[in-house]
Amino acid sequence: MSTAPTTRRVGVDLQDSEDTHALVEAIEADNPDVEVAHMPGLIRVTKAGQLVIRRDSVQERMGRDWETHEFQLNIVSYFGTIAEWDDDKIIIKWEH
Amino acid sequence: MAKLSMRERYSLLTRDLDWTPTYVDPKVVYPYTRYEGIKIHDWDAWEDPFRLTVDSYCKYQAEKDKKLYAVIESFAQGQGHLHLTDARYINALKIFLQGVTPLEYAAHRHFEYLARHLDGPGPRFAALCQSIDELRHTQTEIHTISQYNKYYSGLHSWSKMFDRVWYLSVPKSFFEDAITAGPFEFLTSISFSFEYLLTNLLFVPFMSGASFNGDLATMTFGFSAQSDESRHMTLGVGALKFLLEQDEANVPIIQDWLDKWFWRGYRLLSLVAAMMDYMLPKRFMSWKEAFELYFEEQMMNGLFPDLEYYGIRPPRHLEQAITEKDYMSHQVYWLLYTFSHAASFNTTIPGPDELDWLSASYPDTFDRHYRPLWDRAQRLADSGHRFFFRGLPTLCQTCQIPMTFTEPGDMDTISIRGTEFRGEHFNFCSDGCKWIFDREPEKYVQAWLPVHQIYQGNCGGATIPEVLAWYGIQNGADNGEYLTSPDKASWDQWKAAAQMGASR
Repeated sequence: MSTAPTTRRVGVDLQDSEDTHALVEAIEADNPDVEVAHMPGLIRVTKAGQLVIRRDSVQERMGRDWETHEFQLNIVSYFGTIAEWDDDKIIIKWEH
Repeated sequence: MAKLSMRERYSLLTRDLDWTPTYVDPKVVYPYTRYEGIKIHDWDAWEDPFRLTVDSYCKYQAEKDKKLYAVIESFAQGQGHLHLTDARYINALKIFLQGVTPLEYAAHRHFEYLARHLDGPGPRFAALCQSIDELRHTQTEIHTISQYNKYYSGLHSWSKMFDRVWYLSVPKSFFEDAITAGPFEFLTSISFSFEYLLTNLLFVPFMSGASFNGDLATMTFGFSAQSDESRHMTLGVGALKFLLEQDEANVPIIQDWLDKWFWRGYRLLSLVAAMMDYMLPKRFMSWKEAFELYFEEQMMNGLFPDLEYYGIRPPRHLEQAITEKDYMSHQVYWLLYTFSHAASFNTTIPGPDELDWLSASYPDTFDRHYRPLWDRAQRLADSGHRFFFRGLPTLCQTCQIPMTFTEPGDMDTISIRGTEFRGEHFNFCSDGCKWIFDREPEKYVQAWLPVHQIYQGNCGGATIPEVLAWYGIQNGADNGEYLTSPDKASWDQWKAAAQMGASR
C-alpha cells in the first residue's frame, strides 16, 4: 500500500442527497483537480491518481459527527480499489 | 474505557471469533475449497477494507431500510405509479424485476453457503453480510413489484415465470452456471466479474434511467441496494487479488474463469443494452456511451493495468464486445420486439424523436442498418399487420439467447457456430459462447433450453396460447404490442382523469 499513486483515474458515484453535497464539498477541498459531474440521481466524482475522503473535512461541512463507515450510505459505485478505510480517512486508488 | 478504533473492533469482533479446529481435520470442516485447483497458503492475508463488524453492519443496514420503506410508503400514498414519464417505461422495469429479483435470492443462498464453507473468518463474514444484503434486495424488489403490480400487467407471477419463460432462462442459466461451480469460480464469476467488472453497466445506467423517468420506487430500491454493492465490489476485487497473490499456480485458472465470466456476463447485459436504448422514454446515455465509460475507460484503462501486475490479461473475446457496442442494442431490441407476443412485457416501435436520437447516438450503424427495419415494421403496423416472428428460434446452447447476433462488424449475416459432442450437434451465437461450451461440454449439454422443452412437450402444449398459459402469461394483456395493451389504455385513462381534475 506504500506505492505512489498511479496517474490513472479513480472515482466514486454518489447518491444525489443533502449529505452527499457536503461530502462532495469536502472531497473537492481535499482533492485538487477533482472532476464533479451530475447525472440523474447521481453525482460522479473522479480524479487522476487517488481520491481521499477525510472525516474532519466532512464533519466540518455537515456540521455534525460523521464516521467513515457512514460513507456506505452515500456510495453507489466506485472504480479503483479501496486502499485504506480507517476512522479518519478513506483512500481510493489503483494499487499497481 | 476508550472507544475502540475500527481496526481493533474488526480484529476483536470479526477475526478473533474464529478458532482452528483441533478435534477434526480442517479439511473435513471445509471440504469444498481444494478441488478447483486453487492454492491458498494464508487465509489471514484476506483484507476487508470495510472492516465490517456485526454491530456496524446492522446499524447502517437498518438506516438504509428505514429510508427505503419511507420512500416506498410515500410512493404509495402519493400515487407514484402516475408520475412516470410514460407507462411504456414500466416494460423496462418488468424485465429488470422479473430477471433480477430471483437472482438476488439465488445470490443470498449461495453467499450463505460461502459464509459457511470458506476457510478464513474474514471472507466468511464478508460473505455472510452479502448473503443478508441479497435477501434484503430480494425483499425490497418484491415490495416494488407489489406497488406496480396493483396497476400494471406482467408482474403477477415473476418467480414462476423465472423458471419457465424463454428470455428469463438467460439470467437464470447464467446464475445457475455460477452456483453450480466451485466456491472460487463463484467468487470470480459473481463477486468479481458481475459485481465489480460489469455491475456499473447494469445498475448505474438503470437507476439513473429510473430517476430520469420518474420511477421513484426503483430508483430508491436501486440506490439502496447499490450502497451494499460497493461492499460487494470490494469483496469481488479483494477476492480476485487475494487468489492471485496466494499462489502463481492460481493465475492461469483465474484467467480462464475471467475469460469465461466476462463473456457470460456481457451476453447477459445485452438485455440491458436493449432496455437502455429502446425502452426508456427519456434516455440519458446510450449503451455505447455506457460501455465506453464504465467498461473501456474504468475497467480496461483502470483495472486491467492493475491486474497485469499479476500476469492477468484482458478477457478473451473483448474485441468482439467492443465491435458490437455500435449495434448490439438494436439487434436485441428487434428480437424483443418480434418475440414479445410470447413475453411478459409489451414493446412498440420507437417514435420519430427516438429514431432520431438513435441515429445521433449510433451514426455509423443506425441509419444504414436499423432505421430501414423500423420503417418497414411501421408500414406493416400501419396496414394492421404488427410484425411478430411466427415460429421458434434456434437458441445458443450457452447464453440461451436466440440467434440474433451477427458476425462481428458484419451486420447482415447472423452468426452461428456449431460443435459436435457425444454425437449431438450444438449451436452457439458467438465464438465466446462456443469457447465456453468447449471447455466444459458435460455441463452445458444439460442446459434447459426453452425451445427444446416446448418441442419435447414439457411446456403445456404445442401452440402459443398453451405455452403462454403454462408460463403464467395472460394472453392479450401481459404480452405483445404496447400501443394496444391494457397498460396503455389504463395510463391514458388515468392521465385524462388527472387533466379533468386539474381543469375543474
